[in-house]
Amino acid sequence: MISRHHLETLTEPVIEWTIRLCGISAIIFVFGIFFFVFREGVDFLFHKLDLVEFFTSPKWYPTSVSHKRYGVLALMAGTASVTILAMVIAVPFGLGAAIFVSEFCSPKLKETFKIVIELLAAIPSVVWGFIGLTIMNELIIDLFNAPIGLTVLNGGIILALMSVPIIVSIGEDALKAVPDSYREAAEALGATRWQVVYKVLLPAAKNGLLAAVLLGVARAIGETMAVLMATGHAVRIPHGVLDSVRTLTATIAAELGEAPVHSDHYQVLFLIGVLLFSITFVVNLTADLIVKGIRQK
Amino acid sequence: MFSNVPLKQKSIALVCFAVAFIMVIAGCGQKSDETPTSSSGKTVIQNAGSDTMVNLAQTWAEEYATINPSVSVEVSGGGSGTGIAALINGTVDIANCSRQMEPEETARAKQNTGKEPQKFVVGYDALAVYIHKDNPLNEITIEQLAGIYGEGGTITEWSQLGIQNSACQNDEIIRISRQSNSGTYHYFRETLLGNKRDFKLGSRDLHGSKDVVELVGRTPCALGYSGMGYATEQVKKLKVAKKAGEPAYPPSVETALNGTYPIARPLHIYSLGEPSGEVKKYLEWIYSDVGQGIVEQSGYVPLPQEERVMSPK
Repeated sequence: MISRHHLETLTEPVIEWTIRLCGISAIIFVFGIFFFVFREGVDFLFHKLDLVEFFTSPKWYPTSVSHKRYGVLALMAGTASVTILAMVIAVPFGLGAAIFVSEFCSPKLKETFKIVIELLAAIPSVVWGFIGLTIMNELIIDLFNAPIGLTVLNGGIILALMSVPIIVSIGEDALKAVPDSYREAAEALGATRWQVVYKVLLPAAKNGLLAAVLLGVARAIGETMAVLMATGHAVRIPHGVLDSVRTLTATIAAELGEAPVHSDHYQVLFLIGVLLFSITFVVNLTADLIVKGIRQK
Repeated sequence: MFSNVPLKQKSIALVCFAVAFIMVIAGCGQKSDETPTSSSGKTVIQNAGSDTMVNLAQTWAEEYATINPSVSVEVSGGGSGTGIAALINGTVDIANCSRQMEPEETARAKQNTGKEPQKFVVGYDALAVYIHKDNPLNEITIEQLAGIYGEGGTITEWSQLGIQNSACQNDEIIRISRQSNSGTYHYFRETLLGNKRDFKLGSRDLHGSKDVVELVGRTPCALGYSGMGYATEQVKKLKVAKKAGEPAYPPSVETALNGTYPIARPLHIYSLGEPSGEVKKYLEWIYSDVGQGIVEQSGYVPLPQEERVMSPK
């Protein structure tokens, strides 16, 4: 008895400290990554970069012989256009599917449905990109009579398909968290099933659903390989969904490998990384704060 | 993926990624000076670089393994710049390069490794201009290409080249290019526009020689450039003339060697310092008739007989 008690007093703190260390290390790593990414570009940021040109010029000529220009406006427009289109497609589908899974379908169907949705999330992004490059390209050329199918539309659809699983899973959790007494009360008042969803569940779960959408947005902004292959990778500000664009992430992926280490080009690519990090950080933080808002209620 | 997982577990997953990432980074820096031998006692030659040359380098490596089983050549692509970067960092023994090293890069390699990079011309490549197989165009001039690809160029439609491209209904020329630091991109830009001008923005910049041909084959409006070894059934190679009024020549071994085809370039292998041991033997083999035969089989232009002697250029 004594020895067992003794053992526990020894192992308890060890385990406790291990877990504590794991928790702290997560924070250290996140800040560490930000620090190292920032450090690679900081010299250029403070000494050579023209911030006005960086944010307002669409001219991206990192390897020009005569006149190098680093304007990321077209790249930001590319990321924004593809992300917005993806959300326009993914949000109705994702939330619709979440409502269906949570409220309308039978338990048996629900299991199958959730497995299929998770399968969709498990497809590697390079496979999505390949679908975009081959099947979707030809489909868009045929359907819209477009000169080329590698467009905002192509990238947007693919990103939407990649974001839907996240929106469905988190959205469904949010709906499940609404107490059954709400549903019972509404039904007792004679509400139809649709009225229950529309008037009671959606308002009650709105924070969770918003968080689901924002996490979908973060997924779409951060995606690299699929958009690199599907959007055409062309530096231009899009005028419609049938224009090719290039995103911030794809630019880093395509150019970092060949940029000479510590050259201006290399440092600018790291600054784009910092920009992306800031954007996704803000989106994730917003989502977290909203989720926290739900818990406090 | 992380759908049902609470945020804390997500952070743990992130830590795992971060650790893996840092390990990979750390692993990159550790490379000894000598040619390493693997556990089975084989000598390993590390070879990286040009995407244009990756198929060729792979075939060389495979053939060489049958001739000299005690040496294994590990080939990876990524682009000329990637190969040079690896050479500067000392992580490869030889780098394939479809452009020349910049003086700046040579200096950095010397500073980093203490050895002067040596250049070897191991073959030639004619850069073919590809269009979709249904496109009726047969030839093009360098000036027209400059008008299509160059900044300030005015050619944007197929009808401006004097043809009716019925497969492409809205007549727009879809420019397919390469990412801005590929050797092929540099060479094509220099040939078309000299050292002063840039390409027009808005071209579709693909990430590999093969991808360019693949996309042109699927897009009736497209025009692209890539190594002539990458031709498929779905595309057509244009004849290219230096100027309007001059005869146009198709890309081929003869036209590249006699200089009539205007967009042909040497393919290089760079070594760190004077090659020695197995690396030297490998390079000598590449210069032999067998090695040069593989150059021709892979769709590139082999060295003429009098150049088949291994010597740095």
